[in-house]
Amino acid sequence: MTITAEKPLVKIEGLHKYYGQHHVLRGIDMTVNQGEVSVVIGPSGSGKSTMLRCVNLLESISAGRISVGGQLIGYREVNGRLHDLKTKEIAAQRREIGMVFQRFNLFPHKTALQNVMEAPVHVKGQSKAAAQKRALELLDRVGLGDRAGHYPSQLSGGQQQRVAIARALAMEPELMLFDEPTSALDPELVGDVLNVMKDLAKSGMTMIVVTHEIGFAREVGDTLTFMDGGVVVESGDPREIIANPQHARTKEFLSRVL
Amino acid sequence: MEHDQHRDEPVLNKSVPVRHPGRWISAIIILAFVAVFLQSLFTNPNFRWDIVGTYILDVKVVQGVGWTLLLTVASMVLAIVLAILLAFMRQSDNPIFRWSSWVWVWFFRGTPVYTQLVFWGLIAVLYPKISAGVPFGPELFSLDTSSVVNATVAAILGLGLNESAYLAEIFRAGLKSVDRGQQEAAEALGMAKGKIMWRIILPQAMRIIVPPTGNETIGMLKTTSLVLAVPFTLDLTFATNALANRTYLPVPLLIVAAIWYLVITSILMVGQHFIEAYYGKGVDNLAPAAINPAAAKAAGAGADAQRSMKTDFPEESAR
Repeated sequence: MTITAEKPLVKIEGLHKYYGQHHVLRGIDMTVNQGEVSVVIGPSGSGKSTMLRCVNLLESISAGRISVGGQLIGYREVNGRLHDLKTKEIAAQRREIGMVFQRFNLFPHKTALQNVMEAPVHVKGQSKAAAQKRALELLDRVGLGDRAGHYPSQLSGGQQQRVAIARALAMEPELMLFDEPTSALDPELVGDVLNVMKDLAKSGMTMIVVTHEIGFAREVGDTLTFMDGGVVVESGDPREIIANPQHARTKEFLSRVL
Repeated sequence: MEHDQHRDEPVLNKSVPVRHPGRWISAIIILAFVAVFLQSLFTNPNFRWDIVGTYILDVKVVQGVGWTLLLTVASMVLAIVLAILLAFMRQSDNPIFRWSSWVWVWFFRGTPVYTQLVFWGLIAVLYPKISAGVPFGPELFSLDTSSVVNATVAAILGLGLNESAYLAEIFRAGLKSVDRGQQEAAEALGMAKGKIMWRIILPQAMRIIVPPTGNETIGMLKTTSLVLAVPFTLDLTFATNALANRTYLPVPLLIVAAIWYLVITSILMVGQHFIEAYYGKGVDNLAPAAINPAAAKAAGAGADAQRSMKTDFPEESAR
């Protein structure tokens, strides 16, 4: 496992989320240290994806605060009052946070290579040559160096998801968010994606992983958080929680997925 | 060792196909109609193919083709630019933008193009002078409307503004057809709003937008025949009508016009085919994109080396 420096990178404090009258997140507190892999599990509808999407502001924050690297996400605080950030400032914050989606969301009109190069060239302003070199290295790293010229529709789900990971890594983020990255994959393709994620965890990347893969949580996770009904029910060492859950709801959930 | 029966070549089934007498009967009927029509083309003297031959390359006719093409292209370009703007405004967070885009479409789609063309022809009567200045305040400069909005400009404005309303709806449908996840993926990468629109959403929307826009362009080619309403009197239909009135031979000159419209439509369809192929990249058109061959080779070699060490997923490497 990775050795954590005990330096908090992500701090979520009192996070609430409403969709109209629907209270989805009911006060989430969570800390992720630098270099740590934080795995979040829970039944569908528990709010785990919503929580993850709040971290890079794909969902607005109804109440509470999220900070990444000491920087408040989505707001500027002036004299104790929150001011919304401009779209451009939000985009700048998102550049530090990579995200991998359940349904990959690769750009279908661009090849694997062009998908990975897109943000470095058009967000960071890197030269095409430099971005291409780096993109090919990243595709190699996820085991797809020979698929650079393929369009997403020519790749299997597992290959698409690995391209999506390479695309997020191309921005050199300090934090990676994984939103059920293997849930849309055929069972025999899940392993490839998990292996890439394991390698990434070993390289010291800070990761928040929303998943149903209990094996991954046990093997790679530094902390495990079980969410249900919009609250954190239990959180701690993954192996301990999986072996010996303290709460009835955790027990029930684990008995259904294990 | 495999079982013997698997090693033999299979005996292919030779079944008796279902007969389709209906196909033969309908084919004979249609071919009979075609034959009668073709025969009439050659034998009916009223077609006056000699006159068609005389006028098909007449200077007035060829100039008419040129003006018709110019009106079509100019008004479509104007319409496309406005339509993109209108579609973006319709999606905007700003309610004033959304509202004004809606009103524009309501107005220009809700009145006949003929009425609009007459109106643009009369604009100089309504506003004799165009002036720039502060409302209710001092005037900076002014121009005679008739010198700015001549018949050509009036025709292009009339056709283009009317068309923009229809195209705006086509563009809006196209933008809406792109999966929401594309926007989110681009946002998550930190892309700016404009870049997301131009580089991610619009290119994908174009797949949906191009076929109906091609339809509209071909429609526009023929709508240009209404510019007499402005009045604009140089287009193909006016040219052939004028010749028909002079020679008292309407049929051959209508054929001349029809031939030219068909020729232009055919050329536009070829153009549309290539545009569709371009925007179908990765979805309908899977020709792999060219990448720097040297870099790809290097990466491929790296991948080979990596794969030879990796044995976890043999079926992946085999593919």
